Amino acid sequence: MKQSTSLRAFLGKRSTQWTGILVVLIFAVTLPLYANIYVIGVAWNALFYMLLALGCNVIVGYAGLCDLGYSSKVAIGAYTTAILMKTFGWNFWATLPVSILASAIIACLVGMPTLRLRGDYLAIVTLGFSEIIRLVARNLNVTGSASGISGIKSPVIFGVKFSTPWMQYFIFLILVIIFIFVSLRLKRSRFGRALEYMREDEDAARAMGVNVPRFKLLAFVIGSVMGGLAGSFYAVKMGSFSPSYVTFTESAYILLIVVLGGMGKTPGMLLGATLFIVLQEIFRNVGNSRMLIFGILLVLIMIFRPQGIWPDKRPSFLPSRRERKQLSERTETHGTG
Amino acid sequence: MSVFDIYIQQIVNGLILGSFYALIALGYSMVYGIIKMLNFAHGDIYMFGAFGSWAVFYFFANRAGAEWACLLFGVLAAMCLCAALGFLIQRVAYRPLFDAPRLSLMIVAIGVSLVLENAIMMVTNGDSVYLNLGINMTAGFRIGHVSVKWIQLVLFLIAVVVMVGLTLLINYTKWGQAMRAVSEDMNTCRLMGINANKVIALTFIIGSVLAAIAGTMNGVYYGSLKYDMGYMMGIKAFTAAVIGGIGSIPGAMLGGILLGVLEALGTQICGSAWKDVFAFGLLILMLVFKPNGIFGLSETERM
Repeated sequence: MKQSTSLRAFLGKRSTQWTGILVVLIFAVTLPLYANIYVIGVAWNALFYMLLALGCNVIVGYAGLCDLGYSSKVAIGAYTTAILMKTFGWNFWATLPVSILASAIIACLVGMPTLRLRGDYLAIVTLGFSEIIRLVARNLNVTGSASGISGIKSPVIFGVKFSTPWMQYFIFLILVIIFIFVSLRLKRSRFGRALEYMREDEDAARAMGVNVPRFKLLAFVIGSVMGGLAGSFYAVKMGSFSPSYVTFTESAYILLIVVLGGMGKTPGMLLGATLFIVLQEIFRNVGNSRMLIFGILLVLIMIFRPQGIWPDKRPSFLPSRRERKQLSERTETHGTG
Repeated sequence: MSVFDIYIQQIVNGLILGSFYALIALGYSMVYGIIKMLNFAHGDIYMFGAFGSWAVFYFFANRAGAEWACLLFGVLAAMCLCAALGFLIQRVAYRPLFDAPRLSLMIVAIGVSLVLENAIMMVTNGDSVYLNLGINMTAGFRIGHVSVKWIQLVLFLIAVVVMVGLTLLINYTKWGQAMRAVSEDMNTCRLMGINANKVIALTFIIGSVLAAIAGTMNGVYYGSLKYDMGYMMGIKAFTAAVIGGIGSIPGAMLGGILLGVLEALGTQICGSAWKDVFAFGLLILMLVFKPNGIFGLSETERM
């Protein structure tokens, strides 16, 4: 990457960054004034994927855990809200704490025994677990079996029905801003620094007194809760939820955004989600070959720019790992195969 | 027919399913053993093999000729196709990232898997295709109350022969020795003059050939092929590899057979709607209680 230093210095300035944030924010807030229904719909979709990417980023980007079943976490939140509203007649807002609690409990149950496993095992466990969630939702009556739950009533917010497109847009925009705030605070907290340390060198972190399993679990739970919350809002937005949402493809999309955007970088997630949705709209006419193009894109990005479009600047993750590996390979022998 | 007979019958059915799992699990396990990489695209190579043999089978079957000869051509063509595919994938997509963290390699593998799966989906429009061999699939014999179909017996024996052949190849040839050595310690092998890249390529080729055989067998046994058949089979085969101890070749064989049998028994007990839940539950339990699998060696990480 050859970038002129002056451009880099200009981009690195505080004032430039704040101007950029302000411009994006003004654009986002005023979008419904001049955009038509189609554009608002697309923008809403981008906001939804931003939520998912930000949540997934805590697990994949911050903690460096490979999660291939993020869509199941969305499903847990969505089903909790859907069941409570539809079967028990709860108010939407009252279901949110329950949704958070359910996501956290399930994440703990999955995470506690499996987070001590090596990275690629964890990937398979999360994938297997998301299949379990899908199959259980398909087979149980309470989740509406294969057709799922439909007819979820849309809540009223400040006297405006949530089903209005611009209302949905604003609610999701507010959610995204909250998630961004949480992500940034998390990253700069003691917890975030511990995660970064752990991600870069687990053994060193452990030696320094970082409680590795506890921090991994905490990151996993926080990421899952964020996904669950996004799922709750998704369920009332769509008015229905079915097990067909919980697919590997959906989880792969989310992971693609996180990797494409640049693991661990909050603005990267926003950029990645926007790019993903815009590309999806452009390729909409291509129909069947859309996923094929995504696949090729994913391979090319990983080969030529493995750190993502907007990578994390601080002790950059990928090269340091590689250097460390090269160093360690000189001295140690591999385990038996 | 007593309850006992029903279970024996399920074990017979499980053995054939298990032999498919075992053949695919071998590919996962060998690749993992050598470059510690989870080859997500392996299930799709299996799918490609099934479609390859199907296409060649119909190409010849439409021009007359005995069915068994067409199928033989089909399976040979599928093996060549998958060998080329496996080699190409590791050369183009994986090799640039051998030194990168495992996460990036796995994401590339997911990308490759998406490409293969959707390429076939485009060709077939997402429909199932059918393989009709024109032989009597239900013919068989009975032992007591348990019925065994000829086709089951033949396919199971083929799988056993292939696995024995692989074991001989790994244990008694120069290339096999090189593969074992590279999985032990790649850098020392390089110093000893073994071309590790060639060995890795060979591993991918062998794994893909096994997947092609499994794909053809699966097509013959079930008679229908679909573009997404590799996904579930891939995860299940990986589960089998984990149960047996990933990186271990006898482990993958045993794990595959074991998973097939357990799944068949689980279907009998819990009903077919829950059979995948049963398999994945087993995977999670296995990883929790014995993460190194049956034959896996405990890996001590040195610093």
